[in-house]
Amino acid sequence: MYSEKVIDHFMNPRNVGEIKDADGVGQVGNAKCGDIMKMYLKIENDIIVDAKFKTFGCGAAVATSSMATELVIGKTVDEALKITNKVVAEALNGLPPQKMHCSNLAEEAIRAAIEDYKIKKGILNDTTMKQACSRRCDDVQAEMNDHDE
Amino acid sequence: MTETNIYFDHAATTWVKPEVLETMMPYFKDKYGNASSVYAIGRESKKAIEEARDKVALVLGAQPKEIFFTGSGTEADNWAIKGVAYANRDKGKHIITSNIEHHAVLHTCKYLEKEGFEVTYLPVDKDGLLDAEQVREAIRPDTILVSVMFANNEIGTIQPIAEIGKITKEKGVFFHTDAVQAVGNIKINVDDINVDLLSISAHKFYGPKGVGALYIRRGTKITSFIHGGAQERGRRASTENVPGIVGLGKAIEIADLNIESYNKKLLELRERTINEVLNKIPYVRLNGHRQKRLPGNVNFSFEFIEGESLLLMLDMKGIAASSGSACTSGSLDPSHVLMAIGLPHEIAHGSLRLTFGEENTHEDIDFLMEVLPGIVSKLREMSPLYEAVVSKERIERGNKNV
Repeated sequence: MYSEKVIDHFMNPRNVGEIKDADGVGQVGNAKCGDIMKMYLKIENDIIVDAKFKTFGCGAAVATSSMATELVIGKTVDEALKITNKVVAEALNGLPPQKMHCSNLAEEAIRAAIEDYKIKKGILNDTTMKQACSRRCDDVQAEMNDHDE
Repeated sequence: MTETNIYFDHAATTWVKPEVLETMMPYFKDKYGNASSVYAIGRESKKAIEEARDKVALVLGAQPKEIFFTGSGTEADNWAIKGVAYANRDKGKHIITSNIEHHAVLHTCKYLEKEGFEVTYLPVDKDGLLDAEQVREAIRPDTILVSVMFANNEIGTIQPIAEIGKITKEKGVFFHTDAVQAVGNIKINVDDINVDLLSISAHKFYGPKGVGALYIRRGTKITSFIHGGAQERGRRASTENVPGIVGLGKAIEIADLNIESYNKKLLELRERTINEVLNKIPYVRLNGHRQKRLPGNVNFSFEFIEGESLLLMLDMKGIAASSGSACTSGSLDPSHVLMAIGLPHEIAHGSLRLTFGEENTHEDIDFLMEVLPGIVSKLREMSPLYEAVVSKERIERGNKNV
């Protein structure tokens, strides 16, 4: 079901943990979906110099979290914002269709952590974190129910 | 992926025993006759089917004429429920079942609701146990069928089938039990438990896949399931799966012969696993009834981690197991059984089912206990949910010290 790369990132996840003095922290997902991802970013001169994560979720959720941290390190904030769930999935040599929603976690966690960074820096005023995964998971569930009919 | 060395998923399926396979083999090639044919090679197939029917009937305490071979346990469940519902439409439209049945029963009931039937889905308690009195209270004048599984496929809880059977008999309502997980593990006599219909599946007790059977008590009003030829006395047309049926007959015969020693062994493995896991790993709960459960079933929920991750890591160590996690099913909701016993989503996601079989040994449990605590720790270290609990505990400890 999973590519070798997904299994590799699941079994040997890169950058697990937390950054105590993180410049941006974002948590997305919810326990109802079975997936929660928390991402910590260390940002210096607009460049992401370190990223760590913690994830409660399936193999795909862990692998996408791991890959997302690898992808953001060394990128500018604006470059990191361009990382979509599709980019993360492709970097893992693909995910099974029913697991694509897990890759949303990675995209949304990056956005949430950067949003937090921008709020702390005073660049953003909006303090409402978007619970995008919850929304998308609901969409996936609705789609599945439609198929049942 | 690592090769599977230890198989703990016997509730999903079992391997075919060599003696079962040996009995089946001639019917693939040399004894290939169609059982409906009049010539010798056809009669030979017919004879083999009837011998298998006798064996199933003997084990269940039924008459051979009450045994009908099917393509699976799911087919047997579909036939029992739809067949009784359609045949008894003039008597009523109400069916009673439980909300922890296998999807073969639940989806069949949902289908019948669209056909105008009414279904009551009885709740179970925190151990997955149904109260027989709930069944009595739910029976209405227009109730035609009660369908309650013998033992749950996920949490192993064994239902009070004999008590329910007594009630349905008193009330004159047909009673079906999906005994797919129970046959081969528990002695069952259809008269002792007063069932009218009982489903079985060969691959759950070391028989082949693709063959099952439905016991239909004489006098039960039921429609034919597949229309066509005169096979299975015209009730289930289709050229018989002769090797499969022969295999089912042999497998059930062997299972019944060894059932006591088999149960004793599985019980030892079950009890040891439950005790060791609960004692050695924190934040774990046992799902299902502590005593009233299948001898070879254990089902745990490990808090703060997700079941599929646990399965993948066990797989890497060569252990095959199962989970009620949503991520293993392609759905987003965890198992309906775990939700029905009241587990919150985040705990239901972290379930692990281990089902033992005759090749499992104490060495297998030794190895499980060698790797499982480390896997759970590794996943918890990665979990933001666990991180929150650890922080809270640290604060509480700090407050106490002050």
